Amino acid sequence: MSAQNVATDSLELKPGLEGVIDDWSSDQRAFKNVPWGKAMMWIFLVSDTFIFGCFLASYMTVRMSTLDPWPSSSEVFALSFGGAPIPLILIAIMTFVLITSSGTMALAVNFGYRKDKRTTFWLLIVTAILGATFVGMQVFEWSKLIMDEGVRPWGNPMGAAQFGSVFFMVTGFHGTHVTIGVIFLFIMAYKVSKGHLDEQKPGWFTKRGGNYEEIEIMGLYWHFVDLVWVFIFAFFYLW
Amino acid sequence: MEHAADGHQPVVKEEEVIQHPLGIYFKIWILLFVLSAMSYAVDYYQIQGYMRWFLILLFMVLKAGLIVAVFMHMVWERLAMVYFILLPPILLLTLVAIGSLEADWTFFNRAIYFLQELVQTGPAPPPAH
Repeated sequence: MSAQNVATDSLELKPGLEGVIDDWSSDQRAFKNVPWGKAMMWIFLVSDTFIFGCFLASYMTVRMSTLDPWPSSSEVFALSFGGAPIPLILIAIMTFVLITSSGTMALAVNFGYRKDKRTTFWLLIVTAILGATFVGMQVFEWSKLIMDEGVRPWGNPMGAAQFGSVFFMVTGFHGTHVTIGVIFLFIMAYKVSKGHLDEQKPGWFTKRGGNYEEIEIMGLYWHFVDLVWVFIFAFFYLW
Repeated sequence: MEHAADGHQPVVKEEEVIQHPLGIYFKIWILLFVLSAMSYAVDYYQIQGYMRWFLILLFMVLKAGLIVAVFMHMVWERLAMVYFILLPPILLLTLVAIGSLEADWTFFNRAIYFLQELVQTGPAPPPAH
């Protein structure tokens, strides 16, 4: 945090609802005690919430309005390992992979603030690998659905045509988010291992010096990706 | 917030973050695993009807809450930012309400339209394959 920001924080900040009114009416920045990068990430995530909210709301609309039966996701996403097919097992594994990666990310943020470069680096790498595993399993899921089950955005043999369009749109958009996250995790791991955050070396697109807050901001994005999956899992796969 | 002796420069913010003990992350992590397993169990044991919907929504809200509160550090943020983040998405409920009204209307019209078609032409022939 830069020196001029610290000066504005020197006034006593009030807690509770009074603090909300004080913060917003302070004629200064509204978000106290927060680096601007973090506030901006939160603003982006709120906007992203609306994007996924629109997807899920339109999914609800098409599912409610179709006359054809909706394909049973429990059966469509079943997988058999030699024996009888286990319902939804692939999606369950994907969920656990993503939650595990969220845990390692949370630890990476914590170790980052402890300036433990080595541990932070490896936690970021593990998070990225778990994310890549998730995307890989999604590729498997997509190809199985397209090649074996004949699901297309405009129709499928199991029932309502809207199933395919919703599936590809929602999971595709989420998968894109995960992929972008994995790329940035690797970049962040590189920056940590090279000591860029310790030396306050600026990134490629900014003159602002590196800082361990960057890992927390990265973490916000990654946890959000996990958060969106919680909703997709509940509404698309389980409902 | 703590202040240094001169009353001007607050203690560096990062100190506050360092003080989150690791234990809480592991606890939340385990809880998320358990909740995920339980929401998968809803499907595995084929619980149906209102109970299914209730359980799905319950586990979803609990998981989302834990992720946002602890992993995304929401419990440690000032309320001005918490409200800014949590209140706008409530607007999405309006979209859901509008969407469900429209979906019911579409469903009703489709039902009438296809019913008329059925009366005029008789039942559709069975699929070719």
